Amino acid sequence: MTEVRICKGTGCISSGAEKIANEFENLGIEVKQSGCHGLCSKGPIAIVDGVFYGDLKVKDVKLIVEDHIKNGKPVDKLLWDHYTKFEEIPFYKKQTRLILRNCGLIDPENIDEYINKDGYKGLRETLTIKPSDVIDSITRSGLRGLGGAGFPTGLKWKIGSEQKSNIKYVIVNADEGDPGAFMDRAILEGDPHSVIEGLIMGGYAIGATQGLIYVRQEYPLAIKRIKKAIDDAKERGFLGSNILDTDFCFEIEIHEGAGAFVCGEETAMIQSITGERGTPQLKPPYPAVKGLSSKPTIINNVKTWSAVSWIMLHGWEEFFKIGNENCHGTAIFSLTGKIKYSGLIEVPMGMTLREIIFDIGGGMEKGKFKAVQTGGPSGGTIPFDMLDTPVGFESMAKIGSIMGSGGMVVIDDSSCIIDFAKFFIDFCVDESCGKCIPCREGTFQLAKLLDQIITGKANEDTLKLLEELSFAIKNTALCGLGTTAPNPVLSTLKYYRTEYIEHLHGICKAGVCKGMYTIQINQDLCNQCGICQRGCPEEGAITGDRKTSFLIINDLCTECNACRLACPKQCIEVVQ
Amino acid sequence: MEFEGINFKDQSLISVLNQIHAKYNYIPEEMMFDLSDRLKISLSKIYGVITFYTGFKLEKPGKHIIRVCTGTACYVNHSEVILEIMRDEFGIEEGKTTEDGKLSVDRVACIGACALAPVMELDGQMVGKLTKKKVMRVLREVFEDD
Ligand code: FES
Ligand code: FES
Repeated sequence: MTEVRICKGTGCISSGAEKIANEFENLGIEVKQSGCHGLCSKGPIAIVDGVFYGDLKVKDVKLIVEDHIKNGKPVDKLLWDHYTKFEEIPFYKKQTRLILRNCGLIDPENIDEYINKDGYKGLRETLTIKPSDVIDSITRSGLRGLGGAGFPTGLKWKIGSEQKSNIKYVIVNADEGDPGAFMDRAILEGDPHSVIEGLIMGGYAIGATQGLIYVRQEYPLAIKRIKKAIDDAKERGFLGSNILDTDFCFEIEIHEGAGAFVCGEETAMIQSITGERGTPQLKPPYPAVKGLSSKPTIINNVKTWSAVSWIMLHGWEEFFKIGNENCHGTAIFSLTGKIKYSGLIEVPMGMTLREIIFDIGGGMEKGKFKAVQTGGPSGGTIPFDMLDTPVGFESMAKIGSIMGSGGMVVIDDSSCIIDFAKFFIDFCVDESCGKCIPCREGTFQLAKLLDQIITGKANEDTLKLLEELSFAIKNTALCGLGTTAPNPVLSTLKYYRTEYIEHLHGICKAGVCKGMYTIQINQDLCNQCGICQRGCPEEGAITGDRKTSFLIINDLCTECNACRLACPKQCIEVVQ
Repeated sequence: MEFEGINFKDQSLISVLNQIHAKYNYIPEEMMFDLSDRLKISLSKIYGVITFYTGFKLEKPGKHIIRVCTGTACYVNHSEVILEIMRDEFGIEEGKTTEDGKLSVDRVACIGACALAPVMELDGQMVGKLTKKKVMRVLREVFEDD
């Protein structure tokens, strides 16, 4: 029996997955659904007996049914580079998928499919060993917090387990902070049980009977699927009282966030759960000692919890083996930006950035590589010659960035690095909770200084001030959001100083900052289609007609960039 | 304005607000007063919480709501142009509602579909890989509908 599985992740749904599924059903083929495969840019996606079909149109379905399903011949023209097995596609081939093990392969709303993949088997075994042995396994596996900080998970649990208290909490942090990353969403939508199973194990290990999942209200589909998963797990006796006929009892509740970046910080999240404004609190005491309702509370990220259930099923040795000597296991990135194949990927720790961007991501979409930014607003910008850096907590910190929660955005030469840094600072200005002055006022001033640079009102002193202020914020802000907020500025100042200096002289080579560049049409590339002229809102700014050639009259041009975005051949160039 | 269907039992302020928001798409002012009485929480605190989280709005939104993503992946793919199109072609400002109450446009930082950047959301439906054409089409549909 042919298995047709259609991705019903958020990305593919928006690309029309429902229509594809309906068409299959109209043609009498039963379809199964799955969560995100990671390659959302190729959606809608259907996997037919292990064969990958992407970018599907409704009319393609008939062909697949006729040729592939009825006659057993994969439809070559719909395949990606003739690959029949999806594991062989370069995007997937170099990945090691532990945390994403089931994402895209099972129906997230069907607990039996999870169980068939050895789901909850690890839990059964875990409940037969001593809690301290569970902590021991996690410690030995080398698992570290995948939410960004990289704190050893086993150690955190140990601290939690040593607290004398009859009430303890374990929490899933699903408040994806990074504005350009979607791994938590994909995991919760694609394989919610793996997270729930991990959480139950964690509860058992530290002696908690109550678990919480803190999730962004922006993710309605994720919330719906977790709710269903919790209900199903309860029905099967994996949750509730006397789990699997042991003495262990455990319940899970969902808490919806209301949109605040800072709530990814543990103490801020606890505030938010209790209905307060999400402002971070002074540490110590750490939540593991005194957290929610002043009780010991262990908070880990979605990815970490899912890794826990993998480790307890396969053994810590297996996890420890993957990666390099400093970091074990895998890292998940949401690879986006000006890259050919954007998506969600999982690679062993220690893989180089170059491999990730050029082998898995397929390299640049069209422009020239300029930088890769990791770690979101708390991270740094990495230039081309540093791409051989292996991914890992220490190695990335050494070059002025962070692993972070997994955002990885590639930009090309059409992005201005200062504008890019300002984007992150503006984000922090918006999201600063306002509690401490360095972050509240400091980021605001940073944004002002950057503004002076991109509007041509800056000089050498501005750069000095920028640097001084960045260090001041770094050293004095209260929480992680504040202390890392200047990273985008510091890392770009370090690696792209020439670009800053060019701006001081009124030059923006990327063609982003108004008044710092002019554009012209490269006549060799132009095929006189005239689209630029039609797109131009200024009367007379682009002269010429389709019979002769087109010309931009720079005096009339308002640098709105409408023509550059409209040109199908990318022949409008920035000149100084 | 009714609290009908809102679950208060063992709920924190935020989840009550979330429920109200889900029902009305904003938090009506008079409800803040009632809420304060009911939950025995001061009005200033309720107001403080509402304004702290970007998910809560105090003004009644239009019939349709568009949320344009300006997260990193979308920003790199020129999401600002989308807001520009709305402004230049339709005269809709971000953060505002059109006079006829038909449409509100907001910006959000990432809706978790970064691989399809630039993206926006129309009444909860994601629209990805936006081009000028797509944006124009969506907006026209919104204005034609009544
Ligand atoms: S949603 Fe289908 S691949 Fe991501
Ligand atoms: S950055 Fe726009 S959806 Fe993530």
